[in-house]
Amino acid sequence: MAAGRTVSAAIEVVDLTLAYGDLRAVDGVSLEVPEGEFVGILGPNGAGKTTLLEAIEGLRRPDSGSATVLGLPVWPRNAALLPRIGVQLQASAFFERLSAREQLHTFASLYGVPRRAADDWLERVGLVEKADSRVEDLSGGQAQRLSIACALVHDPELVFLDEPTAALDPQARRNLWDLLAGINEAGRTVVLTTHYMDEAEALCDRVAIMDAGRILQFDTPSALIRGLDAPTRILLGDGEVVTTRDPVAEIGRLAAEQRLDGVRVQTGTLEDVFLDLTGREYRA
Amino acid sequence: MRSPFLALSLAIVRGFVRDKASVFFALVFPLMFLVLFGGLFGDQTQSRVEMVQVGEVALLEEMSDGTRSAFDETFDVSRSEDLQAALTEVRKGDADVAIEMRGDTLVAHYTQTDQVKAAVTQGALRAFVDGTNVALSGEPPRFALEVERVEDDSLSTIQFVTPGLLGWAVAMSAAFGAAATLQGWRQSKLLRRLQLAPVSTRTVVGARVTVTLLIALVQMAIFIGLGAAAFDLTLTGSWWMAVPLLVVGTLCFMALGLLAGAITRTTEGAVNAANFMVLPMAFLSGSFFPLDGAPGWLRAFSTLLPLQHLNEGMLDVMVRGEGPGAALVPLVVLAGFAVVVTLIAARLFRWETA
Repeated sequence: MAAGRTVSAAIEVVDLTLAYGDLRAVDGVSLEVPEGEFVGILGPNGAGKTTLLEAIEGLRRPDSGSATVLGLPVWPRNAALLPRIGVQLQASAFFERLSAREQLHTFASLYGVPRRAADDWLERVGLVEKADSRVEDLSGGQAQRLSIACALVHDPELVFLDEPTAALDPQARRNLWDLLAGINEAGRTVVLTTHYMDEAEALCDRVAIMDAGRILQFDTPSALIRGLDAPTRILLGDGEVVTTRDPVAEIGRLAAEQRLDGVRVQTGTLEDVFLDLTGREYRA
Repeated sequence: MRSPFLALSLAIVRGFVRDKASVFFALVFPLMFLVLFGGLFGDQTQSRVEMVQVGEVALLEEMSDGTRSAFDETFDVSRSEDLQAALTEVRKGDADVAIEMRGDTLVAHYTQTDQVKAAVTQGALRAFVDGTNVALSGEPPRFALEVERVEDDSLSTIQFVTPGLLGWAVAMSAAFGAAATLQGWRQSKLLRRLQLAPVSTRTVVGARVTVTLLIALVQMAIFIGLGAAAFDLTLTGSWWMAVPLLVVGTLCFMALGLLAGAITRTTEGAVNAANFMVLPMAFLSGSFFPLDGAPGWLRAFSTLLPLQHLNEGMLDVMVRGEGPGAALVPLVVLAGFAVVVTLIAARLFRWETA
C-alpha cells in the first residue's frame, strides 16, 4: 500500500441497479472493497459480473445507486480517476496489426508513461521474445498477458480484470495466476471476475458469489466453505461416492471392507458453496 | 515520450500500412483504373489507314514532296500485284483499302467497317485526285485552304478521369477507414478501453481524422504525379484548391463511413455498407465517365450526391482552368453533408455491438 494514504475503501458500491430493458443485469448490489484486497466476483455466465464491473469502472451509468472508486464518483467519466485505475476488458482490446511492444508503447503514451516502463512490463509478463510479434499472432495466454501489461503499464492503484483466464488451457491459466498474485503483492487492489471456482479459491482474499444480478455472499473462501457445513464426500476407487457427516466412522467401515484402494476424501469446496447458493446446475 | 495524439496517429498509420487490403483499395486499385483509362483511351488519334496498292498507280508516283509527306501521314502503303488477294485482305480487315488504276480512273475498294477510316480514305483520295487535276491544268489554284486549330473545351481522357478517380479513391478510403475503425475498435472493445484511458474523445477522433487526411493527400500526390509523368496530365491554375476540396470531402465521407459503422454489427457489414454507398455514388457522380449524355432526371439526382460536388469542384479547379472561387460552392455543400451525416451517425452511435 502506498505510504501516506489512510486505509480506506478502494471501492464502494451502494445499492447499484442497472437494467437492459426488462433484464436487471445488476440488481441492488452493495459492495465495499478495502485497499490492497484481492477480490473475485464469481458467477455463471450471464450473472451480471461484467455489467457490475463496467458500472464500477464508470463505463455504464447506473439506473439507481452509486459507485465510488478511490473516493471519487465514477459517473460521469472522471478524468482524474482514470490514471489511477487499470482495466483489462473481456475481449483483447488491442490496436490492429501492432506488435506487442508497439501496443504497450501506445498505451504507455496514452497515460504519459515513458516507453521504458512499457519495456519493463514486457519482461514482467514474459513477452520479451514475442515483443515484435503482431498481437494477432499471439497465443491466447500471451494475448491475455499482454492485455494485463497494458492495464498495468501506468502503475495503477486499482486493477480490474474481466475474466483474465477465460479460454486458456490449464497450463496457461496457472502461469497467469502467478502473475496475478504478484500484482496484488505489490499492494494494489485487484478485482477480477471469473467463473472458475479453483481460480477464485487460489487467488482471492474474498469472493463475491453473484447470480441473477445479485451478490449472494461476500466472504473469504474458507469462511464460505465453513458456512456451507457441507458433508464429506468419499470417492472410492470403483467410482462409488459416499456422502457422510461422520467421515471417521465411514472410513473405518470402508477399511473393514478392504475398499480403500484409490480412495479420495473431499470436504466442501467453493463449487459446493456456489451450487448451494445458486441452487442450480453449474452453467459455466 | 510521445503525446497521446501522436501515439494514436502512429498506431493508426501502422495499422493501415500493414493492412495490405486497405493499401490496395486506397492506392493500387484506383491507380489501376487511372492506368486503364489513361492508357486505353488516352491515345485518341487515329492510326494510319492501311492501303494496298495493286499494280502501278501513276497518281501516287507523281506527288510533290509536300503532298507525299501528307499522304504518308494518312496512309500506310504496301504493294501487291494480285487484285483478288488485295480484296481478300480488305474483306478480312487486314487492310483498310485497296487501290488500282483503271485507265485514268483511280478505283478504291474499301469496307464500311471502320466508318471514320472509310471517310478519311474517300476524302483524302478525292483531294489527291482533285489536286492532281488542278496541277495538270496548269492554272494556279484560286482558292486556298488554311487550317487553324482551336483549343476546345472538351477534355482529353486523362484530364477528365484524374480528378474523378481521385475523388472516388479518397471517398472510398475515407469511408472504409472510418467504418472499419469504428466497427473493429468496437468489437475488440478498444473503444471502451480508450474511454477508460485519460485521453479525450477529441484526441482519438482527431488522430483518426488526421491519418485519413494524410492518406488522402498521399493519394492526391500519387495520382497527380503518375498522371503527369505517364499520361501528360496538365493541371490548370488553381489546382491547389483541390487540397481543401479533398479535406472537406474526406470529412464528408468519413462521416458516411461512421454512419455505415453505426448501422452495422460486423466489420464486414460496415465495409459492405460503405461500399454500397460509395460505389454506385461514384458511377452516378461521374467519377468514371461524364454524365453529359445522361438523362436530365439522373443529372438532377446526381446533384444530391456529395461525390458529384467533389468531382465537379475538382474538375473545375484542376483541369478546367477555373479560379479558386469555383471550389467554394462544392466546399460549402460538402461541409453541409459532413455536418448533417455526422449528426445522424452520432445519434446512431453505440459503444457496443450488442
